[in-house]
Amino acid sequence: MTSELPPEFIVKIDYNMCRRCKRCVMNCSFGCMHFTDRVVPEHKLCVACQRCVTFCPEHAITITKNELAYKENANWSPETRQNILKQAETGGILLTGMGNPRDYPILWDHLLVDACQVTNPSIDPLREPMELRTFLGRKPDRLEFVESEDGEIDLATEIEPQVRLDVPIVFGAMSYGAVSLSVHRSLAMAAARSGTLMNTGEGGLHRELYPYSGNIIVQVASGRFGVHSEYLNTSAMVEIKIGQGAKPGIGGHLPGEKVDEDISKTRMIPVGSDAISPAPHHDIYSIEDLSQLIYAIKEATDYEKPVSVKISAVHNVAAIASGIVRAGADVVTIDGFRGGTGAAPMVIRDNVGIPIELALAAVDQRLRDEGIRNNASIICAGGIRNSGDMAKAIALGADAVVIGTAALVALGCRICQKCYTGNCAWGIATQRPELVRRLDPQVGAERLTNLLTAWSLELKEILGSLGVNSIESLRGSRERLRGIGLDSQTLELLGVKPAGVGQ
Amino acid sequence: MKMVMRIDCKGLYYRKQNKIIRNAAEEGETEFILDNVNGQRYIGSGIEKKIKITVNGVPGNDLAMFMNGPTIIVNANAQDGVANTMNAGEVIVHGSAGDVIGYGMRGGKLYVKGDVGYRAGIHAKEYKKQVPIIIAGGVAGDFCGEYMAGGILVLLGLNRGEGVPIAGNYLGTGMHGGVIYIRGEVDEYTLGKEVSVLQLDSKDMKVLTKHLKEYCEHFELDLDEIMSEPFVKLQPVSSRPYGSLYAY
Amino acid sequence: MRCNCYIPSGCSVSGIMSESGRRQDGNAIIKSITLMHDRANGLGGGFAAYGIYPRYSDLYAFHIMFDNIAAKERCEEYLKDMFDIVRDEEMPTRPGGAYEGVTAGRYEEEGVQPITDPPILWRYFMDVPEAKTRFVSDREYVVGQVMEINSEVEGAFVASSGKNMGAFKGVGYPEDIGVFYKLDEYKAYIWTAHGRFPTNTPGWWGGAHPFCLLDWSIVHNGEISSYGINKRYLEPFGYRMELRTDTEVVAYLFDLLVRRHKLPIELAAKVLASPFWEDIDRMPDRERRIATALRQVYGGALLNGPFSIILGHSRGMVGFNDRIKLRPMTCARKDDMLYMSSEESAIREIAPDLDEVWSPRAGTPVIGELDEGVA
Repeated sequence: MTSELPPEFIVKIDYNMCRRCKRCVMNCSFGCMHFTDRVVPEHKLCVACQRCVTFCPEHAITITKNELAYKENANWSPETRQNILKQAETGGILLTGMGNPRDYPILWDHLLVDACQVTNPSIDPLREPMELRTFLGRKPDRLEFVESEDGEIDLATEIEPQVRLDVPIVFGAMSYGAVSLSVHRSLAMAAARSGTLMNTGEGGLHRELYPYSGNIIVQVASGRFGVHSEYLNTSAMVEIKIGQGAKPGIGGHLPGEKVDEDISKTRMIPVGSDAISPAPHHDIYSIEDLSQLIYAIKEATDYEKPVSVKISAVHNVAAIASGIVRAGADVVTIDGFRGGTGAAPMVIRDNVGIPIELALAAVDQRLRDEGIRNNASIICAGGIRNSGDMAKAIALGADAVVIGTAALVALGCRICQKCYTGNCAWGIATQRPELVRRLDPQVGAERLTNLLTAWSLELKEILGSLGVNSIESLRGSRERLRGIGLDSQTLELLGVKPAGVGQ
Repeated sequence: MKMVMRIDCKGLYYRKQNKIIRNAAEEGETEFILDNVNGQRYIGSGIEKKIKITVNGVPGNDLAMFMNGPTIIVNANAQDGVANTMNAGEVIVHGSAGDVIGYGMRGGKLYVKGDVGYRAGIHAKEYKKQVPIIIAGGVAGDFCGEYMAGGILVLLGLNRGEGVPIAGNYLGTGMHGGVIYIRGEVDEYTLGKEVSVLQLDSKDMKVLTKHLKEYCEHFELDLDEIMSEPFVKLQPVSSRPYGSLYAY
Repeated sequence: MRCNCYIPSGCSVSGIMSESGRRQDGNAIIKSITLMHDRANGLGGGFAAYGIYPRYSDLYAFHIMFDNIAAKERCEEYLKDMFDIVRDEEMPTRPGGAYEGVTAGRYEEEGVQPITDPPILWRYFMDVPEAKTRFVSDREYVVGQVMEINSEVEGAFVASSGKNMGAFKGVGYPEDIGVFYKLDEYKAYIWTAHGRFPTNTPGWWGGAHPFCLLDWSIVHNGEISSYGINKRYLEPFGYRMELRTDTEVVAYLFDLLVRRHKLPIELAAKVLASPFWEDIDRMPDRERRIATALRQVYGGALLNGPFSIILGHSRGMVGFNDRIKLRPMTCARKDDMLYMSSEESAIREIAPDLDEVWSPRAGTPVIGELDEGVA
């Protein structure tokens, strides 16, 4: 049966401008561009990754949506119909990549930040100190001091391990396998330069990146790929992955064809075998089991590293987070439903979970209500698009935010959502050597470092305008946020007053 | 020759006091002695005539603000905001001065015998022949010379206690014009990122000696002794330190 | 009497302390704060005094403000259940009292400005019944009762709740408030004062400084830009921020850090106005470890924004500024006297010849302590 799917995009080539250099043909990794006596696009194969457009020296290519592929219908969107056609043709679960693209309300865009005028001065962030240093880890509720032998005051409280961040942004968990080694290299180098962390994801850590151990979160997921004691100890922090915002409650697998020699070594599985991540950890069926795993990791790392537990933002997230802290986690990472993925069933990605803004607000408040907020750091993930989102997340209560998609965009990703195909033209979500080569880790690291530098500068501008010179005075300071266009229940959940109301 | 006008400022509200001075100055009075001053604000502010005011007591904030010509001698400490946005004239303080002195000062002289507080000389600026000069005999607090865009600021560090640095942290932060002369060394970590430490050349020495000579006369100090210690010079690295800060 | 809006404010502060415990009347502190008349706007003034009730020094002295008789009755019902009231009486006042002295800080044409519309002002000397403190310390118990009255008893507000000390505050210029409360008739070894410049008009008596809890009193010039997180940091510890002003968090933070967490005052001040990381990184090992831990653990207690604060407590007085010194503070000594003020002139007004005058560095507390064995 031939596919009845109309092309999603139309590739237009201006043949007057084209000088037939074939760069587009060479650059297209989806096999869309052919050359006979001139470039001929096969529209159906185009994913709008923009690679050809970017590299055409004559700017002769434009890609447009195939507007009239389907007759307009407010009820039946082209996507809906396309999906039905796909399933009718295949009988399969719709697979997709990247984060939830649907038009759900983005609450960041309904939150506004305060600023100083007259009664308290704003602070100049360029000339005066402005501190972003953040520590992730469990803090005691209070400190105790003793008089030491020489009569001086000394600290009596033993503080559990803390990871220092120079910027409150860490890179999201993206496994080697889902992304290329070039991506991992770029992330590791940028994390080291910026004083922050990258996250291995669940696919282990390539040997080559072991020198970056001080800037790496190593993940332990249900598949336990590449997890061994040396791996656990080659890290600044260990993270137990329970869930992912894009696919709460769902496992995943890396298809065997992607498991090449290097990935095989890193994941410690044979070349060509499927790498299956079960939906749950089969040693965690309840909260006390989580505690057991947390302490197993702490034992294996001699209590030298904070342990994070990452969960997707689901309805009961506040109670779950509280349980996680009480189970011994030092960091709770919450991943909202706009978080990205290399591959997920569309029905899950687009319909399951809750927005990170609400999840974060609920968790921070719950931990405070229970008097255990100091006992864990909160990392907020899933849909942080810019430094404004970051500032609002911190004001809602996050210690740090995660950027995954934003980091990939900095590396060239155009969010075409075809990560699961392994054909990423930008060398990001692919293992094809000729594509991986397209991403130079040196350049990638520089671009990521630039992004973190720029966001840090912007965050300092925000702090300065708020009249504070340290990140801890923004963290959890919801008084400095106001909601606009939000109903009263949402405002209450966010712990934020409506715009127009003073202090 | 006119008599000196002497005013007992005890309990006198600043508006009344300053009005007396302004009115008398309008009528040709050229010299004033203010006794028992304590906390009266804005002395000498906005006055355009070349009168002389001697202040006996602690003047209030914003002494000589917007001043344009007079000479003020303070025989005590001065508070915050001395020579704020001052245009011309002289302020001579025979004590220490508070925070944010010489803010946006664009001309005239401010000589302080003792220490100066935080943010001394902040955003002082020069334009053509208008060059503000601030000299402090003691030490300065943090953010000295912040955003300085022009003018000359001198710190002598005289009579300081053991281990007391001549200037606080963030020295010259955001500085993009003018020069700071410091008698002694400064630790690298105390410097704002926009300035660098240089040696004085002969031109610097000439300028410095000229102003310090005058300074020493006011406070009966020995110029040679002051000049016997080496100075360093702080200057901005660039007049546009933030050229690459923005993305377009 | 309680307004529902938050009121940021400018202000002046002044403090006087005799380290040898000599008690002096309130005239000097009134004179000092009056000099800074123009830093206030007549919408709030107040004083804290220590050592004023030697006869009742073992009892908690509650100064309470009531909107009306009904509120007083409601509150007294509650107090009777919770405390042994040893003595209670109306606060001595001069109705329509106003400062008449001449100072540099006062318009001649402005004339006297009598205090009007005071709430009912009553004071109670009370003991904590033994049965109430089986599970909590008596001070913890008193904190709980103050929180309860301020948030649950409508129309009642506890202005101060310490022993042998009290707050005298209200709507008006501080000098008028001082005369109204007859501070010339009290003797104290520590006096602090505040002239308020709220930028919003509905002044209410409870909103004036000092803010007090137990024997802590805070007078504060500036605004706490980090109020939002300081409040949320304190709430889980049982503090309820009811006064709609940023200053109360400072009093509660001191109570938490010093009384409950037993931090030395120097370290508590390092929490509230912490050194910068850059400076911490250069510290010697032990000092660095302490400073780092304080910031890690007490980040929510960092006070950000411009402030100069004078903290009073039964054993002393502490003055300090924000981390980048956005508000002024001058300190001075003469013999056994320690002075702190927003302006040097306010000190000179009452002590023209001083042994020493200095401006403390940003974030560095100036700590005055009573000599051993006095008061």
